[in-house]
Amino acid sequence: MTVALIYVVLFVAAFAAYNFYVRSREQSKDYTSLKTVTFGDESAVTANRFASIVSVVALFAIWGAFTGSKLMPLHVPGPFVGDSAFTYTATKPGGETSDATVKIRVHKVGENVELPEPDPSTGFAKGDVAKIGAWRSGLVRAQVNDDGGGEDGYKVTAIDGKPIAPNQTVRFANGTVSMTPKGSLSVKPDSGWQMEPIWLPAPEAVVSRLGEIASEGYKNYTLWEHLWASLSRVLAGFALGSIVGIPLGYAMGLSSWFRGWFDPIVEFMRPVPPLALIPLVIIWFGIGEEGKVILLFLAALWIMTIAARAGVSGVNISKVHAAYSLGASKKQLLWRVIVPNSLPEIFTGARVAMGVCWGTVVAAELVAADRGAGMMIVNASKFQLTDIVIMGIILIGIIGYGIDILMRMAENYLVPWKGKG
Amino acid sequence: MGTLIIDDVSMRFELPNGGAVQALKNVSLELKKGELMSVLGPSGCGKTTLLNIVAGFLSPTEGKVILNEHDVIGPAAERGMVFQQGALFEWMNVRKNIAFGPDMAGKPAEETNAKVESLLQIVGLQDFADKMIYELSGGMQQRVALARCLANDPDVILMDEPLGALDALTREKMQGLVLKLWKETGKTIILITHSVEEALLLGERLLVMAPRPGRIHKEYQLPFAEMGVGKDLRLVKKEPQFGKVREEILSMIWDMEEEIMGRQEDAA
Repeated sequence: MTVALIYVVLFVAAFAAYNFYVRSREQSKDYTSLKTVTFGDESAVTANRFASIVSVVALFAIWGAFTGSKLMPLHVPGPFVGDSAFTYTATKPGGETSDATVKIRVHKVGENVELPEPDPSTGFAKGDVAKIGAWRSGLVRAQVNDDGGGEDGYKVTAIDGKPIAPNQTVRFANGTVSMTPKGSLSVKPDSGWQMEPIWLPAPEAVVSRLGEIASEGYKNYTLWEHLWASLSRVLAGFALGSIVGIPLGYAMGLSSWFRGWFDPIVEFMRPVPPLALIPLVIIWFGIGEEGKVILLFLAALWIMTIAARAGVSGVNISKVHAAYSLGASKKQLLWRVIVPNSLPEIFTGARVAMGVCWGTVVAAELVAADRGAGMMIVNASKFQLTDIVIMGIILIGIIGYGIDILMRMAENYLVPWKGKG
Repeated sequence: MGTLIIDDVSMRFELPNGGAVQALKNVSLELKKGELMSVLGPSGCGKTTLLNIVAGFLSPTEGKVILNEHDVIGPAAERGMVFQQGALFEWMNVRKNIAFGPDMAGKPAEETNAKVESLLQIVGLQDFADKMIYELSGGMQQRVALARCLANDPDVILMDEPLGALDALTREKMQGLVLKLWKETGKTIILITHSVEEALLLGERLLVMAPRPGRIHKEYQLPFAEMGVGKDLRLVKKEPQFGKVREEILSMIWDMEEEIMGRQEDAA
């Protein structure tokens, strides 16, 4: 909630600052800036690259601020670390009271610290000490070492002068003290607003983990072997799906018999999410490479079939008539007209298929795999290695985005006439 | 040799709801080699159906089409076709488009290249030979379509509203080009159009067709095509006789359209 609010504030502030900056300097004179109608004119709206950069920086800044990153100068308040103390008032059954101090040393989790020296006390209540990890809480049995602490009716009645009873909570300087039903004190130092690394590690922790996994590997395989395992499965599945799907799509676009025969199958399989096939593929083919490639083959197959069929159906009949009138045979028509004419549709299908395959392979590896990006993150999550999980998610995102960019570049290079027919 | 005979052709489409449309009824005509004929008529008169039958894309329910003393049974290189638009191959450049016919026939590359070069000169696209189709304007694209058709050296050229999608100025220039090509190549040409002026300018013979059933309504022999070769077509349009025939045909087509509307109202 707080994070969302900070994000909105950053968004508005950056927007206002940018507008202020743009107004204060001379207007550029490109064509769009001369348009008077821009609100509602889609062509006047382009992604503001400055905003894109600020957006990415803002995300990392928030991430850094809430994880106490060293890369970020500003942080939200972190958990309390250091020495603190509170006094408690113990009351004997007879009504006599005595005060003593509980000294608390809050330390970072994983650090070894000494217990503080207890305060000497004058009354029957004796000083206590405790060490507690940041973000954790600790139990203090204050009365155990007191004179007469074992008597029936002996109890702690106030913290720093504020009365307390079982199941009540009282604040002290750096946190809260709750009393358990049995009369012990549960001390919880302030946790602040920062995320504990086990929930969200700092950006530099993720980066250093990336370096570590890249050089040492994770679970018997290097990082590159994990990523290549996923990628090679996608490439194999996609290649098989295309090799079978594209000719099948052409046949469905060119022959009524083929279309009639395969239409029910394709139309039924198309809406089945590939993820729903994982259990069946595991039953039939096991959890090895074979099963994964078959799953991705099935994910790509229907998309490529439908793309090729649409590519054939989309050919302008004038082009077909023209080719025949120019003396083309059926074979020449297929290779010189139908195939090139369907390439734009096939590329669109290929981009979708690669995206679906990438998503499916990660999901399949989450279920069962000995290596792969999905296996890496699901395995890391079982051991609370959140930095590996986040690193994996970022790498999966980057690779998915990279695949799409490569496909788009190939498309621009191979079918420059797309959308210009 | 070279004579195109359309022999008592009728075309009847069965509709899925049980009815039928008589698109053409007993159409007969003969076209000698080198004749330029334009076909005009209100929509639904079957002129495109007639062209598709001659091209071999449709086979008539009755009658037959004969070219070079053999029956037409399907599309073939002897009958070239120029479409309104969208029939060029976007994945090829101008040169490859024009060379498509000879390439399909497996002609030697040198011969084809020489032919393509000369056609590029004739249609005035020598500077655009290596451009892609989508980089050309509509008028240039139709020049490519004409050149592509001529590269195959067909006996008959069928044009289905080839200039219909062009703006008025480009259209006038292209009309001049069609006349020039007709005269220089001596091809038999059938040209379908919606424009009465274009039909008058680009037709030694002008066929006016009538709808329901599609049939030949009237045929004219006109001097304007011969007059227009290599000349300013606007001068031809100023001829008194041009205006007279234009008015006559316009009122004829208007009457047909009115009749169709009337019939539709009666039916309603």
